[in-house]
Amino acid sequence: MSLHPFPYLWLIPALPLLGAIINGLFGSRIQRRFGETGIWATAVLLPWISAAIAAWAFVTLARSGPETALYVKLWGWLNVGWLDADVAFTLDRLSGVMCLVVTFVGSLIHVYSIGYMRGDPGYWRFFAYLNLFMFAMLTLVLADNFLLMFVGWEGVGLCSYLLISFWYRDKEKAVAGMKAFVVNRVGDAGFVLGLFLLFWGVAGTWQNPPHVQHPLPDIILGGEGAGATTRAATAGTVVGSEGHSLPAPQRVMMESIVSGIVHGEGAAAAAPLPRTSVKFREVERILRDPARRDAFVSQRWLGLSLVTLACLFLFLGATGKSAQIPLYVWLPDAMAGPTPVSALIHAATMVTAGVYLVARLHFLFALSPLALTVVATVGAATALFAATIGLFQHDIKKVLAYSTVSQLGFMFVAVGVGAFWVGIFHLVTHAFFKACLFLGSGSVILGCHHEQDMRKMGGLWKLMPVTAFTYLLSCLAIAGFPLFSGFFSKDEILWKVFSTGNLVYHSGGFWLYVIAAVAALCTSFYMFRSFFMTFTGKYRGEPHGHDAHASSPSTHDSGLTTHDSPAASHDSPHDSSHSQPAAHSSHLPHESPASMTVVLAILGALAVVGGFLGVPPLLGFLPNWFEHWLEPVFGGSEHFVHWRHYPHAYEWGLMGASVVIAFLGAAVAWWLYYAARSPIPGRLMASGSPLVRRVHRLIYNKYYVDEVYGRVFVDGGVGLSRGLWWIDARIVDGLVNLAGRIGALCGMLQGWIDRVFVDGLVNQVGDGIVAGGRRLRGTQSGRVQTYVYGIVAGCVMFALLTYAVPW
Amino acid sequence: MTTSLAGAVVFYALAALAVAGAAWVAFARNIVHSAFALLATFFGVAGLYAFLSADLVAVIQLLVYVGGILILILFAVMLTSRISEVKVSNRSAGFGLGLLVLLGTIGVMAAVALRVPWGKAPPATPEPMAPGVGDALLGPYVLPFEVVSVLLLAALIGAVTLARGRKRIAASGTPGAAAPDPVPERKTKDEERKTPDGEVQP
Amino acid sequence: MTIGVPHYLIVSGILLACGLFTVVTRRNAVAILMGIELILNAAILNLVAFSRLVTGAVGGQVFALFGIVLAAAEAVVALAIVLQLYRAFRSVDTTETTELKE
Repeated sequence: MSLHPFPYLWLIPALPLLGAIINGLFGSRIQRRFGETGIWATAVLLPWISAAIAAWAFVTLARSGPETALYVKLWGWLNVGWLDADVAFTLDRLSGVMCLVVTFVGSLIHVYSIGYMRGDPGYWRFFAYLNLFMFAMLTLVLADNFLLMFVGWEGVGLCSYLLISFWYRDKEKAVAGMKAFVVNRVGDAGFVLGLFLLFWGVAGTWQNPPHVQHPLPDIILGGEGAGATTRAATAGTVVGSEGHSLPAPQRVMMESIVSGIVHGEGAAAAAPLPRTSVKFREVERILRDPARRDAFVSQRWLGLSLVTLACLFLFLGATGKSAQIPLYVWLPDAMAGPTPVSALIHAATMVTAGVYLVARLHFLFALSPLALTVVATVGAATALFAATIGLFQHDIKKVLAYSTVSQLGFMFVAVGVGAFWVGIFHLVTHAFFKACLFLGSGSVILGCHHEQDMRKMGGLWKLMPVTAFTYLLSCLAIAGFPLFSGFFSKDEILWKVFSTGNLVYHSGGFWLYVIAAVAALCTSFYMFRSFFMTFTGKYRGEPHGHDAHASSPSTHDSGLTTHDSPAASHDSPHDSSHSQPAAHSSHLPHESPASMTVVLAILGALAVVGGFLGVPPLLGFLPNWFEHWLEPVFGGSEHFVHWRHYPHAYEWGLMGASVVIAFLGAAVAWWLYYAARSPIPGRLMASGSPLVRRVHRLIYNKYYVDEVYGRVFVDGGVGLSRGLWWIDARIVDGLVNLAGRIGALCGMLQGWIDRVFVDGLVNQVGDGIVAGGRRLRGTQSGRVQTYVYGIVAGCVMFALLTYAVPW
Repeated sequence: MTTSLAGAVVFYALAALAVAGAAWVAFARNIVHSAFALLATFFGVAGLYAFLSADLVAVIQLLVYVGGILILILFAVMLTSRISEVKVSNRSAGFGLGLLVLLGTIGVMAAVALRVPWGKAPPATPEPMAPGVGDALLGPYVLPFEVVSVLLLAALIGAVTLARGRKRIAASGTPGAAAPDPVPERKTKDEERKTPDGEVQP
Repeated sequence: MTIGVPHYLIVSGILLACGLFTVVTRRNAVAILMGIELILNAAILNLVAFSRLVTGAVGGQVFALFGIVLAAAEAVVALAIVLQLYRAFRSVDTTETTELKE
């Protein structure tokens, strides 16, 4: 991998930071002086500029060959010992994709927030946080090394916390923010532990490499002759083996080849491998060297190989950030934040950081089939688990939240079976359609005057046509209808799962496929359920008006809006394109302002066409750009990932099954919920069959996971401390009291000795100190000269000790 | 690296100027004399910089020290003392101990200077150093450079804030008598001997 | 004859000693300030001498410039304080201004 300097790269994260600083420091004054326009003018413009720079960088990268990365180093950060962390940004093909998604979707959501947050007293605060989030997320994505990535990792966690509890006067929302923060902390501990293990483990491999007889430079330049050269030519890095070192002329030839391959700053690739590193590409280089890799993989600790352990810890970090089992519980609660935040942070960008982490570290995960199996299994379990919870939720945002957890599970399944590019592909398409869904739900919530319960919606298709249409497009995409974006990515995931040969348990691929397919069925069902409940049938809510508003209890909340939308929203001049005359009265839901609908339209369009980036070769009417684009990044891991080969018929069959699943879920939802006419759900509930009721109750209450966590971790902690207190009070205290009694006896004896013999001495000393203090008090005269004498005396002492005294 | 006789003469002359000025600052009985002696020292040191072919530093020394700091000091002297009163303006205390410090310091410094084997730089060509210093300031040292500029700004604001005094001075009027302030006089040791102007009465 | 590092060090040592002497003996705050300026000059002279005669690099000169700037900042603030001192106490004699109270 050769590095091309690209000096403007740092602007991509820096511009949003600038916006955050401006609005964070002066926002309240700007808002008072210039109104909300003054706030969003900077807050929206800067992310767009950064998106433009990202696009420019992306094009530059695309033009400069497959094995390159754009690079800028701002300054050395921690260069101590083997630690080589710089504040440096790298844009390779993987981070380029992420960077584009983050900047582009992020900027769109900024635009959307202009209208959504209108009238909120904390307008400036919101945009400052949002910009800060963009900065942190872009730092995470573009980071050159683990430590800088961790800065971004913590930064997005902080911003997530700040934005979830944005309406902090509402205790429930503040608590949701804290929950997210605490749960993320558990994951972050895993991240740090994994990082330490990796850093330490890689360093350890040089100490006693079991198979290595030569000093390191020989290993680099030694090789398998022509095979190694071609390998080096394709991978852009030098691969040697532990075999014999070549005769001198051949080595010279190799050296010239090597220096011919790498150019620019990539010349460092020919430099000896560092002992260990926190830079991604350096670790990758080390692990591509067979001798170092074998030494690393053969290290074991606590019965597990070190690489597995490091991967599992890092994956724990990923589950925290990406809301996977066991750490998913914070994400549904995170819906307490404003809806643009849910769209940006908790659907499109931040929660995908875990997937990005695993993909970024593909060279590490690929070495441990066990860790990959864990990733895939956890992902599949989460996908099904969250999807079933999503079936019965009534809150539109909760449905989307569980859907997000489920889709993230799909991504982890993809990276877990070693199909890294597919995971990233689904990440991208998911960013489009899930952002569109969330923003659509925000538009609905705004239109329905802060109503989030789908049972009180319905029939909004007529009233909010743009929202409804884009929501439908995204539903089609997420459910995997043919030719929509979700179809390509999800189908590819299912196919990769089916054909994987990488799992440690037998025929795991098939079972994971079944789980994922059921999850996909659920997905299709609950998404269309939400669509039909919201947009078709009759409007079931009470007409909301101004009086309903005034009597709404939470608007009394000392001027701070606690609803999930600004109170003053319907004073805004909304669009005149309404065909429904009734909609002009404020009693019925109304379409949102243009700044929001335009964003919805763009995202909806992307949700439709985004999938054409990665058309599978089986269909083949377009080349698979996405896989091709990411191939140089993930190519190095391909040896370690195994696939079973099936005839094309299987692939066609699975694709057909996916289509059937999508249609089946949608059809069931249509049957049950279209116009809310079907009596079946109600009858099923009323049937009183204990099995049905029990299952429904179990799922409706989200499998009681929150309760179990509360019982186990919170009550468990309390119980443990109670038990410890009991031990403390009864046993320890008894012992202590006994010891105390004995001590008291000894003390009395000693006290006598003390009074008679020691006190005399002590009093002497004490009196001496008092007298000395009285004298020393004179030195604190307040006169400058006295102090200067002290300084001079100290300096002279030092100089004498250093130079004049012959030791 | 040998120095020509003329060079040595120049060096000793400059060093003598600096040292003599410093001594005069230390021992002069009138504070105004001290201030002007300081001028001589600054010139001498600037000459030494030039002798070390540190042209930029020499010029800056003249600009900042002579043009800025010394003027400030003179202003302060004028503003705060009855300069004609030698005893008031420049009294000294602890002369003997001070002399001890003086000699001790010179001794220690001389010992260190003569004992330590100082390294030698490669002989440098006598060319202007300003471009190099400028590159360094905007290259590797750009962060300290910026920090220093912020520090200067802070010092500027701090000085203005301090020197302006409290707001109630201005609020309580008497614009003509702005300098003597309405804060009650401290009961200093020789308060009884002072007029409100701070002048010592015979 | 060679003018080397020790020569400069001795000159700067004398400046330092004079500055210290001024600081410890004078009772006038302004005079003390002059002493401090002497000390700073001595230090900066060392920096420049080392930069030229020991390292041969410009780093020492850069720090000399920083030192001069620091001296300027310090002088400005110190003189402002002296003025305030004078307003409060009607004197700049450091033996008299020993109260922390206003």
